[in-house]
Amino acid sequence: MSVAEPKVEKILEVKQVKKHFKMGRNQVVQAVDNISFDVYKGETLGLVGESGCGKSTIGRTIIRLYEATDGEVRFKGQTTKNLKGKDLKKFNREMQMIFQDPYASLNPRMTVGDIIAEGLDIHGLAKGKERREKVVELLKTVGLNEEHADRFPHEFSGGQRQRIGIARALAVDPDFIIADEPISALDVSIQAQVVNLMKKLQKEKGLTYLFIAHDLSMVKYISDRVGVMYLGNLVELADSQELYDNPLHPYTEALLSAVPIPDPDVEQRRERIILKGDVPSPIDPPSGCRFRTRCPKVMDVCAQEVPKWQEVRPMHWVACHLYQEESLKKEEANKTR
Amino acid sequence: MEKDKILEVNDLHVSFKTYNGEVQAVRSVSFDVKKGETVAIVGESGCGKSVTSQSIMRLIPEPPGWIKSGEVLFDGKDLTKVSEKEMEGIRGKDIAMIFQDPMTSLNPTMTVGKQIMEGLVKHQNMGKAQAKERALEMLRLVGIPSPERRINQYPHQFSGGMRQRAMIAIALACAPQLLIADEPTTALDVTIQAQILDLMNDLKERLGTSIILITHDLGVVADVADRVVVMYAGKVIESGTVEEIFHRPRHPYTWGLMGSMPRLDLTRDKELSPITGTPPDLLSPPKGCPFAARCKHAMKVCQREMPETTQVRGSGSHKVNCWLEHPMAPAVEPPAEVVGGGSK
Repeated sequence: MSVAEPKVEKILEVKQVKKHFKMGRNQVVQAVDNISFDVYKGETLGLVGESGCGKSTIGRTIIRLYEATDGEVRFKGQTTKNLKGKDLKKFNREMQMIFQDPYASLNPRMTVGDIIAEGLDIHGLAKGKERREKVVELLKTVGLNEEHADRFPHEFSGGQRQRIGIARALAVDPDFIIADEPISALDVSIQAQVVNLMKKLQKEKGLTYLFIAHDLSMVKYISDRVGVMYLGNLVELADSQELYDNPLHPYTEALLSAVPIPDPDVEQRRERIILKGDVPSPIDPPSGCRFRTRCPKVMDVCAQEVPKWQEVRPMHWVACHLYQEESLKKEEANKTR
Repeated sequence: MEKDKILEVNDLHVSFKTYNGEVQAVRSVSFDVKKGETVAIVGESGCGKSVTSQSIMRLIPEPPGWIKSGEVLFDGKDLTKVSEKEMEGIRGKDIAMIFQDPMTSLNPTMTVGKQIMEGLVKHQNMGKAQAKERALEMLRLVGIPSPERRINQYPHQFSGGMRQRAMIAIALACAPQLLIADEPTTALDVTIQAQILDLMNDLKERLGTSIILITHDLGVVADVADRVVVMYAGKVIESGTVEEIFHRPRHPYTWGLMGSMPRLDLTRDKELSPITGTPPDLLSPPKGCPFAARCKHAMKVCQREMPETTQVRGSGSHKVNCWLEHPMAPAVEPPAEVVGGGSK
């Protein structure tokens, strides 16, 4: 299991990153607030959460599609802020992205060959015959064939288009790939094809993935470690099996229990934690712990203080007052008062 | 028609005219729904599950679509034959429907209350005051807090989960015998999905409504369905009780579906076994079994001829369309990861 083998080399460090968006005159959407985590070389880190939790925003901030409001992202030990010229080009080559919607993320007026080779052209990696050979090789890697290079995206099915998106990302030989909901738009049988392809490529090329999705079973399946996000915060991060076996944060618990399992016997026996209400607005998030308005185990201290992000067990991080001794003491004091 | 069956679909064929020719979206679909039962229709996009449900409601846009043949028996009437006027009296009153996307299926210019009252006034000749009373009652039933305030609000003031609740309230207002839910939770987050599934299970018990649930999510099926109909390329390829379909699936496509889904409650040691290839083009569907081209166990006969519906030996209602059921076919066992997953 992945806990046993220490993975020392950090490829990506996310430190206290905030991303706020201005909305109108005095409103600010706190899409991502104070998130810190590391990604180790060669692993797959999954990020899960419901819509609006900021999981896509953090992915886009890491790859610099958004400028972080505060905090720092370090890639291979180097800060990604203010990268310029050669360094920026190198960064852009080493980090690539796969998008959710295979229909919207491919230019309909370019041939598949040109879409895949765009990165090669920009970085001057291959020209002429070599360029063509590289495209064909990439198409074969993702399970398509040579004749597909001269066709246009509309001639392909969703699963095939996602393969094209993967080939495009691989073209420039990246080390790190951010996959933002790469399979959500696909049918079940096609999802498994794409996930298996991603796993195969990871093994062959030693890739590191940040896998962003809302489908918990798939994230657990593909990831070595999983981070759970809620309303702009990372609330828990652990090895994927550990997270499932011993969820610490009440939100993780509820999220796991909400996923229906394709087995009628299991479903009948299961007790579900049904959360009340909806996710609050990130424009005016609750004070203290952002989950407190829906938390079944809420205490008074949760409204007063933001829980600390701490390693409760080895490699198991959580931000919850239930696991902070001072908070529990304060709560005790609150009650006796 | 048997007494406890409230709906019976027999040999339904539905096609659409396109520039490229006739798309045979539904090709000979038969199933039935009993009183108080939830039947799930499962399949991937383009398999014809939504077209089937829209045909029951006669909501197929004609043209380009048309019901070629077959019958939909409901309450002694063949719904494919009744007049549009008569159908209007059935829609919303006896059969109601909820859709996948609550934002586009609610009217943005009408208050939620008005949309619930609409059906009551039309079908049950209620006065305004009485209809409003009932609308409040419905909002309370589906768990919308402070209904007195909410009844005068517009859909955009509701969150996604609340909208879906409002849609369920509209659908159930006239106490229909049959509710068709077309991907009711697909657009929702999983914690909200859990709320809605909980609500549907609760309402089914309390009101005894029969439900046709259309979904691609086998987890949802295991949670709420009594019986399952698996569709592929416009055809029913397997049907049976949830236990039969999940614990003793017979069709290689059903195996493929289950093998493609990772399970949250199992450890990560097994690989996913996806189905290779893509579904056939329904402009010119294959002559034989539509799954043959992707099937690991395909034989010569599969390409040539569509297998008949066979009853699985020793079962009450488990039916499958596969040549492997033929006495002369080689014995093929489902892959271990499909049947082995049952116990934890």
